[in-house]
Amino acid sequence: MTTPQRPGAANDSCIVRIRGLSYAAGGRALFDGVDLDVERGAVTAIMGPSGTGKTTLLRLITGQIRPDAGELLVDGQDVTRLDRSGLYALRRRMGMLFQNGALLSDFDVFENVAFPLREHTRLPDRLIRNIVLPKLQAVGLRGAAGMMPYELSGGMARRVALARAIVMDPELLIYDEPFVGLDPISLGVVLRLIRELNDALGISSIVVSHDVREIAAVADSAYLLSGGRVLASGKPSALTDSDLPEVTQFMRGLPDGPVPFHYPAPDYAQQLFGEAPP
Amino acid sequence: MMRLLQEIRSRTVDLFAEVGRYALFTGRLLMETPRALTRPSLVITQVHNAGALSLVIIMLSGLFVGMVLGLQGFDLLERFGSEDSLGTAAALGLVKELGPVVTALLFAGRAGTALASELGLMRATDQLSAMEIMAVDPIRRVVMPRFLGGIIAMPLLAAIFSMIGIFGAQLIGVQMMGVDPGQFWSQMRGAVEHGDIMEGVIKSCVFGVACSAIAVYEGFHSLPTAEGVGRATTRTVVISSVVVLLLDYMLTAVML
Repeated sequence: MTTPQRPGAANDSCIVRIRGLSYAAGGRALFDGVDLDVERGAVTAIMGPSGTGKTTLLRLITGQIRPDAGELLVDGQDVTRLDRSGLYALRRRMGMLFQNGALLSDFDVFENVAFPLREHTRLPDRLIRNIVLPKLQAVGLRGAAGMMPYELSGGMARRVALARAIVMDPELLIYDEPFVGLDPISLGVVLRLIRELNDALGISSIVVSHDVREIAAVADSAYLLSGGRVLASGKPSALTDSDLPEVTQFMRGLPDGPVPFHYPAPDYAQQLFGEAPP
Repeated sequence: MMRLLQEIRSRTVDLFAEVGRYALFTGRLLMETPRALTRPSLVITQVHNAGALSLVIIMLSGLFVGMVLGLQGFDLLERFGSEDSLGTAAALGLVKELGPVVTALLFAGRAGTALASELGLMRATDQLSAMEIMAVDPIRRVVMPRFLGGIIAMPLLAAIFSMIGIFGAQLIGVQMMGVDPGQFWSQMRGAVEHGDIMEGVIKSCVFGVACSAIAVYEGFHSLPTAEGVGRATTRTVVISSVVVLLLDYMLTAVML
């Protein structure tokens, strides 16, 4: 299934195109000349150790923060040059799943999913109901429509957030660490939903995660970020078979390697005998 | 010595920067007001949250303040043989001063902290970021109704506070101390003018803007941590209290 494209984005096979992206925060360079493409209609994984800036990259793509340098095109539009209204118009065609679901605590499940529709359209209640219920059915939570967010488990909250993310039929769906803290059943459900929603709705998906095995099962392509740059990219299987030490350490979960187990410290013996400061 | 001067300079700059941020934020809120009024249901919900839910504490406090005013007023006026003026003294004290000020302080402690912690929690749980991603401006959708709800609720609460306070003063003065009820009410009606009531209304409106702006500013800009939310709540009460007392002096000086 092909996704309709904006006129300016015609013939562009990538929904997100990043070139020479640099961004520093707190005096530390998180990205230094990152190039990255997200293919239309594909599930693209962005992986990397904790603290690499994966979530920051999502915030850059959604225009929540601005890069120091580089080009960041989403569906042919340079996010770095959009004003507030342009950014909001672009975000209406995106959906995002936050790590904790970020459900609105005052509303029940139905109203959480209906929220974007109520804010952006003047549809009558009956039509909103006919849009929201199928979305809840798609994530298996139609029966939980009347529950409040505090009554949901972590996995259920994330599925409700997923239903909310797709309620406006976005072209790009972004997942921020969707597997964190899920039990095996919920994890399996979320994995299946990522793939099925991507294919059934004909959208493009970006999944940020450091769960190598899980993400390799659903992603069409993957990027491995570390030290402010792209270490490797390609099909998840190619990354798994890579013989680059940094890639091997991450993909196989080795405790020691190019990313050392020990944080830099003075000589251990010297410190034990009090010859170096603790 | 140099370090001390540098510290003073740095803190002064920080203070002015903070005041500037407050002013810009409040300016944006006031600019957004006409648009926010196009969704009255959101505002009415917040008037209920800030106003109706504060009624019990306001009425109880008003009653006790009025009763104390009755006791102290009677004791003072009796020394000059003018205890019949108790109604006038209580009404002027409540309508012009105690009503708006004590209501604002109570509002900061009850509704202000609720506003700040609610917004802070929304920040900490990514609800505000989620709205941004859904192309919904959290200032318009979340902050504005709460800001306007506070502004509308404050003069109403102050009026109720003053009314209950006068009832409390009457309870002590007339029912317990034996002040003539006719004198109590007629002197009050004769002495309290339209301008006195307007002074109280203006004060409570200004305090409403200040307290609501401080609460939503602190909550909206709180750090997304438990400590950050706690700090925002504390700052709301402290800053609101100081600002209300400062504004009260300034407004009184202007309107007297």
